[in-house]
Amino acid sequence: MSDTSLLTTPLDSLHRSLGAKMVPFAGYAMPVQYPLGVLGEHLHTRKAAGLFDVSHMGQALLEGENVAALFEALVPGDIQGLGQGRTRYSVFTNDQGGILDDLMISKLSDNQLFLVVNAACKDADFAHIQAKLGGKAKLSILADRALLALQGPQAASVMAKLAPGAENQKFMSIADYPVAGIACRVTRSGYTGEDGYEISVDAASAEKLAQALLAEEGVAPIGLGARDSLRLEAGLCLYGSDIDTNTTPVEAGLSWVIGKRRREQGGFPGAEIILAQLNAGAPRLRVGIKPDGRAPARAHTEITDVDGTPLGEITSGGFGPSADGPVAMGYVPRGFAVPGMPVKLMVRGKALDAHVALLPFVPHSYYKG
Amino acid sequence: MTMYFTKDHEWISVDGSLGTVGITDYAQKALGDIVYAEVPEKGRKVTKGGDSAVVESVKAASEVYSPVSGTVTAGNDALAGQPALVNESPEADGWFFKLELSNTAELEELMDRAAYDEYVAGLE
Repeated sequence: MSDTSLLTTPLDSLHRSLGAKMVPFAGYAMPVQYPLGVLGEHLHTRKAAGLFDVSHMGQALLEGENVAALFEALVPGDIQGLGQGRTRYSVFTNDQGGILDDLMISKLSDNQLFLVVNAACKDADFAHIQAKLGGKAKLSILADRALLALQGPQAASVMAKLAPGAENQKFMSIADYPVAGIACRVTRSGYTGEDGYEISVDAASAEKLAQALLAEEGVAPIGLGARDSLRLEAGLCLYGSDIDTNTTPVEAGLSWVIGKRRREQGGFPGAEIILAQLNAGAPRLRVGIKPDGRAPARAHTEITDVDGTPLGEITSGGFGPSADGPVAMGYVPRGFAVPGMPVKLMVRGKALDAHVALLPFVPHSYYKG
Repeated sequence: MTMYFTKDHEWISVDGSLGTVGITDYAQKALGDIVYAEVPEKGRKVTKGGDSAVVESVKAASEVYSPVSGTVTAGNDALAGQPALVNESPEADGWFFKLELSNTAELEELMDRAAYDEYVAGLE
């Protein structure tokens, strides 16, 4: 095993000193779990607060006159209508209506967007932006920034101690303020279904910030293993598994990312296909799948109807520690996308009983203030 | 009672032609929290190195291979309700299945504890 070709995040030595098990992920050495273990880390995040290193993700600034209008050429969201200081989830689409990546867009000002994209897609995303908007807007890749996520019901009280007022920050908003005396750019958002924050910080200060957060009661370091089970229970998509270039936003159950004005005007890649699906319905849909027994059904498990006719495939599946049982998501024909619909899952040659379930498996508890 | 070990981190404890099979402490630590285990039913024929049981952590599913060939005489039903027994007691209460060995000579190809410990030390 050679880790020498892997990139590291600014928190690499901290992870190792905390006893993390490091694994390769999207070209980076990342902590998959700490000594607490995936199950314990998952449950800790749901009851207290978890600190995640997501510095492998891509951060960038896009600047220019009318940058929001320009960016709408790449995504189906209403970015012009996004308020200053607000954050929105969106997707890059291609001309076939498929999804190139999902991302978070924050409007710092009318001329400045802050973008966070997936690690595995970041080079392609940035090249895509450059190819489409180069000359009209200036893209600055923030490779010298770390990204930390603090998630869980105690995230706000922890932040309040290190950054008084942070507890009142609106959900899906962005603001620049010091945390533990360190300059940070903070969004109130996350990938767990819990209240929480994502904190962009200069790489050189990242470890100091992480130490300050970990020193607070209730905060534990959480690895990628629990990050995955938390987002799965929350019904949130993992790019490359649940969504990719072969899935449209409508099929993926992400029609809500398509702004009202954009539905009328189009003007984003694949608009013709996507808007036609919005009107007529997509042939298949992403749904929650709940196995009736205890056996988890993993990604690529075949879904059939009760008579064994293939319907589709599980795209994410595993054990949900808070759901206390197996949980999964996958695609089925539209007629089967009905909560309670019985289906079968082909696990190790056996057809296991399951049913289509409402997402999320664990209710979201975002900040409503 | 003698215990033997495989390179895939199963153990078998043998008394005459009767064996009890489980996974080692090293294996349970590597897998992490066990959330599901599937054991073979009585009467099933298993072969040396063949699939015999399944163990799943939050992250992933892993096969348990039978250290020897034989016929299953019992599966550990307690694991259905308490899969964490595999973590808590991998070499005792967390056993997977018992079997009647069909060829005790297969045991000669397995490691004893000292050899297994040395093998594991070489992996770390």
